[in-house]
Amino acid sequence: MIPAPFDYLAPETLDEAVRALAENGERAKLLAGGHSLLPMMKLRLVNPAVLIDLRRVPGLRGVRERGGKLVIGALTTHCELESSELALQKCPLLCQTARAIGDVQVRNCGTIGGSLSHADPAADWPAAILALGGELALKGPAGERSLAAAEFFLGPMATAAEPAEIMTEIRVPVFSGRCGSAYLKVPQPASGFAIVGIAVWLRLGRNNRCEDIGIGVTGLAAKPFRAAAVEKSLRGSSLSPKLIEESAASVANGIDPLEDLHASAEFRAHLARVYAARAIAKAARSASQRR
Amino acid sequence: MTEARKKRVSITVNGTVHTEEIEPRLLLVHFIRDVAGLTGTHIGCETSICGACTVMVDNRAVKSCTVLAVQLDGAEVTTIEGLGQAERLHPLQEAFWNCHGLQCGYCTPGMILAAHQLLLRNPRPTEDEIRHALDGNLCRCTGYQHIVDAVQQAARSMRPKAPAARARATGVRKPKIQNRKSKI
Amino acid sequence: MPVSKLVGAKIKRREDPKLLCGLGQYVDDVKLPGMCHVALVRSPYAHAKITKIDAEAARRHPGVVAVVTGAEVKDEIGTLPVSGGNETLRVPRHYVLAVDKVCYAGEGVAAVVAEDLYTARDAADLIQVEYEPLPVVSDPEKALAPGAPVIHPEWPDNVAFRSDLKHGNLARAFRDADTVVKQRLVHQRLAPIAIEPRGVVARYLAAEKELTVWSSTQIPHMLKGHLSQMLKLPEDQVRVIAPEVGGGFGSKLNVYAEEGLLAYLALKLNRPVKWIEARRENIRATIHGRGQVGEVEAAVKNDGTILGLQYKVIADIGAYHQLFTPAIPPFTGLMLSGCYKIPAISIEVTGVFTNKMATDAYRGAGRPEATYVIERIVDRVARELGLDPVKVRKKNFPAPKEFPFKTATGVTYDSGNYERTLNRALALAGYNKLRADQKRLRSRARYLGIGISTYVEICAMGPGMWEYGKVEVEPGGRVRVLSGASPHGQGQRTSFAQIVADELGVALDDVTVTHGDTAVVPKGIGTFGSRATAVGGIAVYQAAEKVKEKARAIASHLLEVDPDDLVFAGGKFTVKGVPKKGLTIQQIAERAQDKKNLPPGMKPGLAADVTFEPSNYTFPFGAHVCVVEVEPQTGKITINKYVAVDDCGKVINPLLVDGQLQGGIVQGLGQALHEEVIYDEDGQLRTGSLMEYALPRASGLPRLQLARTETPSPVNPLGIKGVGEAGTIGSTPAIVNAVIDALAPFGVTHIDMPLTAEKIWRACRQAKATAQAQR
Repeated sequence: MIPAPFDYLAPETLDEAVRALAENGERAKLLAGGHSLLPMMKLRLVNPAVLIDLRRVPGLRGVRERGGKLVIGALTTHCELESSELALQKCPLLCQTARAIGDVQVRNCGTIGGSLSHADPAADWPAAILALGGELALKGPAGERSLAAAEFFLGPMATAAEPAEIMTEIRVPVFSGRCGSAYLKVPQPASGFAIVGIAVWLRLGRNNRCEDIGIGVTGLAAKPFRAAAVEKSLRGSSLSPKLIEESAASVANGIDPLEDLHASAEFRAHLARVYAARAIAKAARSASQRR
Repeated sequence: MTEARKKRVSITVNGTVHTEEIEPRLLLVHFIRDVAGLTGTHIGCETSICGACTVMVDNRAVKSCTVLAVQLDGAEVTTIEGLGQAERLHPLQEAFWNCHGLQCGYCTPGMILAAHQLLLRNPRPTEDEIRHALDGNLCRCTGYQHIVDAVQQAARSMRPKAPAARARATGVRKPKIQNRKSKI
Repeated sequence: MPVSKLVGAKIKRREDPKLLCGLGQYVDDVKLPGMCHVALVRSPYAHAKITKIDAEAARRHPGVVAVVTGAEVKDEIGTLPVSGGNETLRVPRHYVLAVDKVCYAGEGVAAVVAEDLYTARDAADLIQVEYEPLPVVSDPEKALAPGAPVIHPEWPDNVAFRSDLKHGNLARAFRDADTVVKQRLVHQRLAPIAIEPRGVVARYLAAEKELTVWSSTQIPHMLKGHLSQMLKLPEDQVRVIAPEVGGGFGSKLNVYAEEGLLAYLALKLNRPVKWIEARRENIRATIHGRGQVGEVEAAVKNDGTILGLQYKVIADIGAYHQLFTPAIPPFTGLMLSGCYKIPAISIEVTGVFTNKMATDAYRGAGRPEATYVIERIVDRVARELGLDPVKVRKKNFPAPKEFPFKTATGVTYDSGNYERTLNRALALAGYNKLRADQKRLRSRARYLGIGISTYVEICAMGPGMWEYGKVEVEPGGRVRVLSGASPHGQGQRTSFAQIVADELGVALDDVTVTHGDTAVVPKGIGTFGSRATAVGGIAVYQAAEKVKEKARAIASHLLEVDPDDLVFAGGKFTVKGVPKKGLTIQQIAERAQDKKNLPPGMKPGLAADVTFEPSNYTFPFGAHVCVVEVEPQTGKITINKYVAVDDCGKVINPLLVDGQLQGGIVQGLGQALHEEVIYDEDGQLRTGSLMEYALPRASGLPRLQLARTETPSPVNPLGIKGVGEAGTIGSTPAIVNAVIDALAPFGVTHIDMPLTAEKIWRACRQAKATAQAQR
């Protein structure tokens, strides 16, 4: 219930935060909303000597449109995304995913950047950001770089961010044309984390032909991934229920599914197939309703 | 283990400013209970699940066991003690009383504040919306039905005369809540 | 009985305003000058020798007041008490802190006392304990197998006790049967999870020789007695206070290690000490419920008549007994006949030690297991014989005129009308239409299930267990009620005041009910087993009656009329035919202080106390109907409808009764669908926090439809039966029966609880595969 002692820093600028992180190395942890980190610290599973709170760093919050992309500050809370008008119009998958996370209180505090950086294999955001082909902006001592979401997740609680890098922004494409999306998840009954979560974004052309599609999968494997084979078999085709089901059936191919108290590997893979088909169909329905 | 450097924070709890030197690891719930001396905020788990420790921070419901007090320097916190008094209950407290929305009372302060959050954002919730809004709060006594009744009653009694028009005028937006039928 | 005004009315609870405002005082809210905080070091191993404890670093840590280990305190504090059980009972020594070896993961090994909570927690990490792991046995069936590691070497095996019950000619029943239906049933372990974890504050005032222990307990008086024994203090030097108690469900009907330890530390250190259980400790070191694995066999005729029932069950005890551990499984045997006339019944219970936390009373305590066994087997019988489950139930109900009804297990059901509650529930649910819907939907590959459960339970513990009540009309006219039935959310301050206010004809606001402090209430037993109102409520009712009779005698003396010429109404005795001549009960109380106003020989004051012990248990009953839709592809269950018709005898406050039922039903639903305490083969708890142990939440629940019949109990003057556990007992089998009914087209006949999505998916897939193989 009680974290071990630590020193607390609340830098006022991003550079200062990067410097503090670089100076303290492994001893330090970044604090955003705290809803991934603090529970682990309370159980003393993580005991940083220094906590660097990003709350005073300006410019890390909010949703904006910039250069044809939707730009989300890393410290934007799930709740802010859930209720963002801009996100609802330009990229509703963000709202759909945000509202599936945890509970109201968790969504009021937890941040998208915190969740992505924590890289829990059962977190919701990775599925959506992968489906959208999002980019993550990272700032480190060597400057800023951006990384495709697909390159970011390396494994459970492991990412491609360097030890002194701070995620500043998440950039996703703006929906245009007949786009549709869906996030469906099977929540673990106690924690609400995803046993399986499937995020789908797609764009329809004529005759309900799928012009483009992105499918992100969380919960199924040690790291979230993009279901490239499923996407490939649907891209360019007309989305019939039969095709959707056949394609979705391969979502777990070549994947080593996680296994825990709440679902065996076999059941997880099965759920992923069922929910992938449902999420694709749902996204297609919503796209077909758009003009 | 080294002694961590203490930090000075100013946190307003129910209108009273508390300026204290605290250990950075001090949890908000302990700040409220031990520093501010308000024991209506309860601790029921340590994993941000049960919601018994829910308080409002700058009008957002948060689980005070998963926030460091030091993160809230300058913030305004409202606890159950700040919502209403025994002689002048808040409509939510009144409705929980009328509907027998509590038994042992331990989850009640957090439950009421979670309901308060809902009604701030959505003055006309459906039963399904109420149930989802309370998913971050566990009650082992009531089976939730009387709690849902209480939130419905409070929503009715708190609603201004022409609620729809008023909500639009003040920009209160009803957040979309996913219409999951059941998670079992 | 008087004409009721308050009894039977929906009265808002008087305890609520302070709770609603956050002003209720729970144990964690008790703050005393100079108070220290205690943190426990608990064993990470399920079974191990303690070879060394190095507490030096912890002792040197700034702010640490003391560190104690099991070896240091074993001669200072008595072992934990056990009640119940028969001559076969084996009671291992259960120290407040482990001595030499640990027998379950979570067992306390050492305790740190520090100036504040954070320091205590830090110092606990500095204690180095060396263990030598021993072979672990966590599965109760494996624990019985030859060659299994023996947990307590003072005995040759892991048997904790045996308890058999045999009545009627079972051999004949099975010989005469057309069919025998068998089923293996698992009642998984559950964690009670009161939202307020346990907590203890202890203070010793040396000059006063008073040890005061604040504990989140359901049984302050029993705890007082046990603490006095454990600490070898005279009872009058021990005071226990149960302040607001944040739920219990049986888990606080106990005497725990921390209660003895904290009392000892307060004495030894001469400083107040506080320990508040963290949730992870709560799931590890507060009792669990259920934990039975059994095999039931029913001998039946083709028309559904049940001739005999046999149940062989292994009860998973855990490493040690807690207070009522051995008393719980026998309740399953007592209630095995359910709502049915079964001439021959046999039950064999074997209690088994395992390297786990103890099981003990959890809401229902033995009866949910019995009801589940009988209600599942009745459904299995119906399926096997191709009969409607309603028909099989009705076929075996005793008729209303057969009450009091004696079962083969030897208990006598006080009163009942089982067919009436069932008919009412079926009508409310629209049973015939539901069956038609089910048929129609099945043809479209949608799987609706209708589950029925008819239950009877044993309540109001009971003969041999009294409760204390006192009523006093104070000189100023206010009525003070003391009760030994210390509640944890039930609302006795309201319901008991209703009873007394009606009896004395005074306003509800003039009555104050006090409980939970052994220095104020001289004796008591506690709130559990749905006994508070049916036993404790009767005690205060009878005390009020005695007060009224004394008042009548005083009025008769003062008004100089014959007592029989006095009429009591509206709180006032008036002389028959002379309505102006009279005295209110308050006026009488005022005068009763002075001996000169009293008849010769009468003692001053207007008070009476009663220790009420019922002549029999009470037997509430009811019928629940649950309607679910199951998706075989994902195993998802949606509850569409839930109807409960319960009969708890006379109702004092319908609002509180509904609250008990709704909470109970949802708790039973939690067992059916989500909850399970899981230990792995190494005895490691896999569901050690609320991130893994799933409780029901507000969403995903149906709106419960409740209705009542009211069959008074003849065993107490108010006809009350009790309602605290009924919902939990009735709901679990209703839901499971509904899900199994839904899956009938797949040939599924049983799935063990909790009915997780994966189990349902597997059962359906298995059935499909079998069907294909047979084709």
